Amino acid sequence: MDEPAPALVELRGVNKHFGDLHVLRDIDLTVRKGEVLVVIGPSGSGKSTLCRAINRLETVDDGEILVDGSPIPAEGKALARLRTEVGMVFQSFNLFAHKTVLDNVTLGPRKVRGASRKDAEEEALTLLRRVGVENQARKMPAQLSGGQQQRVAIARALAMHPKVMLFDEPTSALDPEMVQEVLDAMVALAKEGMTMIVVTHEMGFARKAADRVVFMADGQIVEESDPDTFFTAPTSSRAKDFLSKILVH
Amino acid sequence: MSEFLDILKHYDVLGAFWVNIQLTFWGALLALVIGTVLAVMRISPLSSLRWAGATYVNIVRNTPLTVIMTFLVLAVWTQLKISLAHDFALNFFLFAVVGLGVYHAAFVCEAIRSGVNTVPAGQAEAARAIGLPFLAAARIVVLPQAFRGAVAPLGNTLIALLKNSTVAVAASVATESSGAMKTMIEFRPDYLWPIFLTFAVGFVVLVIPIGLATTGLSRRLAVTR
Repeated sequence: MDEPAPALVELRGVNKHFGDLHVLRDIDLTVRKGEVLVVIGPSGSGKSTLCRAINRLETVDDGEILVDGSPIPAEGKALARLRTEVGMVFQSFNLFAHKTVLDNVTLGPRKVRGASRKDAEEEALTLLRRVGVENQARKMPAQLSGGQQQRVAIARALAMHPKVMLFDEPTSALDPEMVQEVLDAMVALAKEGMTMIVVTHEMGFARKAADRVVFMADGQIVEESDPDTFFTAPTSSRAKDFLSKILVH
Repeated sequence: MSEFLDILKHYDVLGAFWVNIQLTFWGALLALVIGTVLAVMRISPLSSLRWAGATYVNIVRNTPLTVIMTFLVLAVWTQLKISLAHDFALNFFLFAVVGLGVYHAAFVCEAIRSGVNTVPAGQAEAARAIGLPFLAAARIVVLPQAFRGAVAPLGNTLIALLKNSTVAVAASVATESSGAMKTMIEFRPDYLWPIFLTFAVGFVVLVIPIGLATTGLSRRLAVTR
């Protein structure tokens, strides 16, 4: 047996409230380097909040979140630096609407890492080719399909050379026929060894690429197992109930 | 008709309008700079900056422009002896520009803020997620889109500023059009209506293109999402 890879993202006793709502309850979670973690659960279970807390788009009330061994900074330059190490892909893509696809991908490297335009564009085109949208580089985001936009968003996040990638329901806003092209790009990324935390209901992806599935309900981690066990033999009644709803229509 | 020609021949009506146009240009420039800074303060993550921005807007927006202009000349210049230029007329002109700028900055700020509201929150989140600090995210991602969404309200502010530039007469800029009109009526009460109509129509002619241009621009610049 190999020695387990070092922990890249650690949550220890994390709690968060939105007013009276306790959205994250005593979350303890460790994601190791190279691991692909799928977070699944009913809406309102806190899975998106969990994902967003890891690059501090949401603050937490107490507990600790560590990325690569150090606690995430509260604000300022240190926080900005942390965010370059944590790539984020949103449900609604959030490509910069006033910039071309190429500029979307080069913005971070140029303005944050100080790369030259030439180097940034060269790398951006490589990344866009990797996700299959290189020929759209000069277009504006609104001219692309949802699936293409989301693949550009993946390339934009990768351009910062993140240590871990967060995906917050990356296929939920897509038309059904575009889901697969985005999942394919994500599977490819997983195979290359990227550490990923993916909030999704896509079982196909979980089965193909995930090392571990975490099931959340009411702000708590209810169940944690490998994908096959989770989908075929869930132990908690909440997970069984949830799976029966998403599997049988 | 001959009355109008007579007026235009004997008085420098175009010169008077030209003063208003210059006041408007420099006033708008100043208002845009201060207003943008205020808008950034009002959307910043620091509560003290947000408070300062809101306080400025609420005080200045609710103070009559004539009060600001009169204060600048009678208090700042006469009493505090602060001069903006050696030349007498230029000094008053600059005070008028400052008055127009600081006053309309409050409106520019609110126009830009309404533009910021047209930018989805996800744009700023995506900017922060790739590691842009607040100011860079505002400058590169949020404000360029906010300005496009704010063209129409900014146009309205510019129209108000052009008309309000006549308040410069309260800062002793006697050469601008309402000051010129006052002089003309004093000397030619027989031309009462032609004089009034000359200035009224003059402003309409200046304002309508601004309205048309901003409507056109806001359509053309709109960000497609």
